[in-house]
Amino acid sequence: MLDTGDNTEVLLDVNNIEVIYSSVILVLKGVSLTLDKGGITALLGGNGAGKTTTLKAISNLLRAERGDVTKGSITYRGKPIDRLDPATLVKSGVIQVMEGRHVFEHLTVDENLMTGAYTRRDGKAAIKQSLDLVYNYFPRLKDRRKSLAGYTSGGEQQMVAIGRALMSNPETVLLDEPSMGLAPQLVEEIFGIVKNLNEVEGVSFLIAEQNTNVALRFAHKGFILESGRVVMEGPADELRENPDVKEFYLGMSDKGRKSFRDVRSYRRRKRWLS
Amino acid sequence: MLDQFLYGIEAAMNGLMTGIMYSLVALGFVLIFKASGVFNYAQGVMALFGAMTLVSIQKGQIPFYHLINATFGTDIKYFGWEVPALLAILLTVCVMILFAWLVERLLLKFLINQDPVILFMATIGLAYFMEGFGDLMWGSDLKVIDMAMPALGIPGLPQGGSLFIENATSGLGTDRFFGFFIDKLDITAAIIATMLVVVLTVFSQYSKTGRALRAVADDHQAAMSVGISLRTIWVIVWSIAGVVALVAGIMWGAKSGVQFSLSLITLKALPVLMLGGFTSIPGAIIGGMIIGVGEKVFEFIVSSSWFGDAMGFTMNATENWFAYVLALIFLVFRPQGLFGEKIIERV
Repeated sequence: MLDTGDNTEVLLDVNNIEVIYSSVILVLKGVSLTLDKGGITALLGGNGAGKTTTLKAISNLLRAERGDVTKGSITYRGKPIDRLDPATLVKSGVIQVMEGRHVFEHLTVDENLMTGAYTRRDGKAAIKQSLDLVYNYFPRLKDRRKSLAGYTSGGEQQMVAIGRALMSNPETVLLDEPSMGLAPQLVEEIFGIVKNLNEVEGVSFLIAEQNTNVALRFAHKGFILESGRVVMEGPADELRENPDVKEFYLGMSDKGRKSFRDVRSYRRRKRWLS
Repeated sequence: MLDQFLYGIEAAMNGLMTGIMYSLVALGFVLIFKASGVFNYAQGVMALFGAMTLVSIQKGQIPFYHLINATFGTDIKYFGWEVPALLAILLTVCVMILFAWLVERLLLKFLINQDPVILFMATIGLAYFMEGFGDLMWGSDLKVIDMAMPALGIPGLPQGGSLFIENATSGLGTDRFFGFFIDKLDITAAIIATMLVVVLTVFSQYSKTGRALRAVADDHQAAMSVGISLRTIWVIVWSIAGVVALVAGIMWGAKSGVQFSLSLITLKALPVLMLGGFTSIPGAIIGGMIIGVGEKVFEFIVSSSWFGDAMGFTMNATENWFAYVLALIFLVFRPQGLFGEKIIERV
């Protein structure tokens, strides 16, 4: 939980949620996290840790996959949001960029971006302004605005997906695994843009990421998930210095490279951790 | 020989017109398939239901009169007024929209994220339900469509061959050639179908809702994530498909009367879809034309005496199967159809 000392406003508060798929599969076993206004929170963990499920629980895309939040609460600006449909949530400023890019392949880049403005009611001029803003942040997309999104490269598709979310004029973006399948310098580029958006436009980000190293460099706060539970949390720079995080997630250790013989103790320690 | 050639052309032109009638049905399929990935088996029944509703409203028929009579021992059938065609069309459009809304409410809502096969089965059920429901509501007697709109100066849907075309072309052949016989109704249908396609294409390419429809067709989840409500989109799509079905129902109903077999035009639309592709609106039109022309010309050739002289046999009633064989060939060599969505593969 957030220490009461600092006075930043908590935008998104996920409190001890439990998620069950198809009424039988327990995926999240009590996840709590917070996102400050104007902050970047990283949600870390390996495959199957529950990062995507957490994000979908917040954006309410879960119900379409027969998942359900059975315990706990999710509030945004103090109001519960766990019964809202995704469209209402987008209107109130929370939008998710899904994992694996999910662009509309048969729509042009331009059209893709415009679908992001679907819920907006503030007139064509304002939407045009947002479009220019997105092209400003992603100059690569401007060159390809007329080509089908399905034919653009992986990096460009990720940019389309993020740009499309920005078109809804969001306050908070839930970004699911932006680094997936991208070359390291592209990952840097995308995280750089995210950081920029955060600092200049004041957009708050909750980023689910496997790439702990990059995510902790750009985030303010981090939460580490392990099989459906938060096992560690704190300010990003503290987490980066934490010996356990270093060892388990960054692949570094004080004693240099680990020998395979230590695997058993490694596993035991890790189990204890979770 | 010149006459034979001209008769061939006549057959082709008639085929073209019939083909466009097929396209009208196929169009409804394409719309729903694109937006929800559902192959809507009920499309033909929707056409029947639309046409039935239209005629019955026009005649001022009391809905469920059979049921009422049977329950209360009364003997009623008509309200005793007649509704003008234009107003009746508007009312029927409202009924089709209400129907779309009900389908979403009572059926599709529960089937989000299910396999396409399950949705397909649901539409089969829907088709049989509607067939019975339509009969129960309006009676199963043969109904005749009368689209006269005196207010607009329209005497009704034109019937019979176009004298104009016949006279204009009668000079082409020898004395025994009387000019092309082309049904005026077919020409009307072709014009209306073309207009529908233009309107639908413009709508889906350039409007915000159209863009949302295409987005949903591409990726349900992503569409939901940007705040497009799937359920609203589905109601819109089924409404549009309902209106297209109504148009098809009027045209086919005017041709062959509004009765049960109207719902079987579904089966004629299938090969059209395989040819044109399930996802392309222009494909539905052009596929229909190819099938229409193909089956008429093929029939003309293989049933002619000179074909018989040359080959030693003639064939008849090929129209019954020609379209399906053509579709089969397409399935083997170009499964996505002529104009089907490009299968995007990045390399």
